[in-house]
Amino acid sequence: MKYERRTFPGGTHIQDFKGFTNSLETQEAKAPAKVYIPMSMHIGAPSKPLVAVGDLVKMGQKIGESQGFVSVPAHASVSGKVVGFQRMPIPNGRMADCVVIENDFKDEWLEGLLQTEKDPKSLDPKELAARILDAGMVGMGGATFPSHVKYAPSKEGKKADHIILNGIECEPFLTADHRIMLERPERIIAGLKYMMKLADCPKGVIAIEENKMDAFELMIKLTEADNTIETVVCKEKYPQGSEKQLIYSVTGREVPPGGLPLDVGVIVNNVGTAAAVADAVEFKRPLIDRIVTLNGNGVAKPMNYRVRIGTLYRDLIEQNGSVLGDTVKVISGGPMMGFAVYSLDIPVMKGTSGILVFNEESQVLKREEEGPCVRCARCVDACPMGLEPTSIVKAAKRRDWPEAKVYDVTSCIECGSCAYVCPSMIPLVHYIRLAKQYVTSKDGNGAVNPFLV
Amino acid sequence: MESITRPLILSCSPHLHSRYTTDKAMRDVSLALVPAALAAAYYFGIRALLVILVSMVSALAAEYISRRIMRRSNSLMDGSAALTGALLAMCLPPGIPLWAASLGAVSAIIIGKQVFGGLGQNVFNPAHVGRAILLASFPVHMTTWMPANGSVVDAVTMATPLALMKAGSMDQLPSLWQMFIGQVPGSLGETSALAILLGGLYLIYRGHVDWRIPGTYLGTVFVLTAVFGTINGYGLIYPFMQLCSGGLMIGAFFMATDWVTSPITKKGRLIFGLGLGILTCLIRFFGGLAEGVCYSILIMNILTPLIDRYTKGRIFGRAK
Ligand code: SF4
Ligand code: SF4
Repeated sequence: MKYERRTFPGGTHIQDFKGFTNSLETQEAKAPAKVYIPMSMHIGAPSKPLVAVGDLVKMGQKIGESQGFVSVPAHASVSGKVVGFQRMPIPNGRMADCVVIENDFKDEWLEGLLQTEKDPKSLDPKELAARILDAGMVGMGGATFPSHVKYAPSKEGKKADHIILNGIECEPFLTADHRIMLERPERIIAGLKYMMKLADCPKGVIAIEENKMDAFELMIKLTEADNTIETVVCKEKYPQGSEKQLIYSVTGREVPPGGLPLDVGVIVNNVGTAAAVADAVEFKRPLIDRIVTLNGNGVAKPMNYRVRIGTLYRDLIEQNGSVLGDTVKVISGGPMMGFAVYSLDIPVMKGTSGILVFNEESQVLKREEEGPCVRCARCVDACPMGLEPTSIVKAAKRRDWPEAKVYDVTSCIECGSCAYVCPSMIPLVHYIRLAKQYVTSKDGNGAVNPFLV
Repeated sequence: MESITRPLILSCSPHLHSRYTTDKAMRDVSLALVPAALAAAYYFGIRALLVILVSMVSALAAEYISRRIMRRSNSLMDGSAALTGALLAMCLPPGIPLWAASLGAVSAIIIGKQVFGGLGQNVFNPAHVGRAILLASFPVHMTTWMPANGSVVDAVTMATPLALMKAGSMDQLPSLWQMFIGQVPGSLGETSALAILLGGLYLIYRGHVDWRIPGTYLGTVFVLTAVFGTINGYGLIYPFMQLCSGGLMIGAFFMATDWVTSPITKKGRLIFGLGLGILTCLIRFFGGLAEGVCYSILIMNILTPLIDRYTKGRIFGRAK
């Protein structure tokens, strides 16, 4: 059958490197001897620890309470004993307070979880929202925005008429979302139904990129009978999975700079989040594990793992049997927007979709030296936001921050398309981030930030 | 587990690159010039290739030496100097003394590019700077044309089709077909519209060049010459002859599309092409020179930053 392929202006085609893992069934990763549960795995205020050293905890037990509205609780991902608190680096390069739990390998769930005393279908929106918050739900695509906040009634009375599930996964190498769509499609659809009920939204859309036609056909089959849910296929183009671009592809609406999807009547969630929402609503199952794609030429066996939150990267890579001796680069997330990390002693978090390990022989990461801008405008053509990356960067190199503002640097979504296509290897995103720091500082000149002089 | 033996590389995302690099693009553009070079060799003999070679080698030498003197990094491998040399040769008369070709290439590199700070900084198309300097310094050498019969040796001074059109001597013009395949006197790489078109379409197909610039440039010239031709009663063949003559084809596909000196916005490129077309026609119809491509491009080069400034695209999500 022929389907209309949705798309957006700009963007670029990127080799997807998904062939290593997209047909590998998700494996349960061994839980490690110790987990390190960060108290801030979400955007917003860190949660406050509820346990003390020496406490015995069960799997799924709340160990961190959310602080304020934009915050979620954290849960124990193993059963065992709290052995300490540790401030340690987390994948995005920042530091976070972590609760360290020694695993007793009994995997005992907290009583009352994994069962439901009430028919989940009869829950009203308030109860639904409470269960989602209680489960510590955040956006699992990487943004880690607390889910219940997205569904909270807006002050201006804005309502969503579309809930879009993001099954695009446009980052190369990553196949976590692809696998969950193939392995747990019913859970995703169930989660979408709860989200629609929660937001009182008449229409749900599942958007899948055309390099995952198996998942698309499966979803089409499962949603055929339901005329409130539409499954759409999007053109394989980066960054199709970026929230603004996805909304445009599906609805033709443009989220204004600084605005939220709800401003145009849309809520976007990741497919993995939807499946986790279904589990949270029906079984009160907290978010204590997630699928992580382990890949790169530095790993022994590329794999999709279901991993307990708080597992150290090192532990996961070790059980894969990888030899790390000549590792040169480790990326948390995808290669386009992920973070290069400096240590493997960092925990898997709710937004960790992939871990990529590369050694010296990797052709993927090979880079030549930065050359002069030749004004080829490839970055301009590739920018999905309609910006002129080269002009922003020229201004940034001259430290002309007002000029960077003229070119609307703050609209940049840091997708990396520009730097990907630049024939002169200019690290455009690096300069753009720098310019953003200055432009958004109080006096527009960065003077308030002592690190930026 | 064996532990990591060295610090991990930290860098800003993205960690992936398309592998499309400047030097590859420059080599590809140079490749697109091969049909025109072969046509030149066919029509003007082996000496045409000699001119190309001398020009390219001189450009490379000038690039290397000037950057050494200015203590800048060696940039021979980016391929731009060789390309400039080749492009310059394309707009020189086949019989030009080799020393003049060499001088032109050296001025193209030094005055056209390096004094501005090197690749990416130059305001003008370097090859056309070289040509303009030669034209001003050695007008006779630069306007002595050879018949396109492969025998440069017994050169006689010939009038180019453009000069004939300018003089209104329409009856002495070669046939349109001869002009299309390049069997006419003229600069060595300019005469064969066919060969240039092959290379130009390859450039567009490979994505090195936006169709907008050659498209609007040639389109504008076609329309204006059609009007001018009709007014003067030259018939419908006139605009086609205009398109196939002089440096227009190579200018439209290879010179005006130079990344560095043409606008980066799509709308800007349309304006750029339109401006080029108008200027070229004005010079060809009313100017003192028979040919206007080179000067039109140089003039529009100056306007490029201004055009870019006023044709910024709409930002996604912002009001028009
Ligand atoms: S400027 Fe920003 S939004 Fe545009 S391509 Fe570059 S990173 Fe993406
Ligand atoms: S892609 Fe790179 S070289 Fe081309 S215009 Fe943009 S910054 Fe300049």
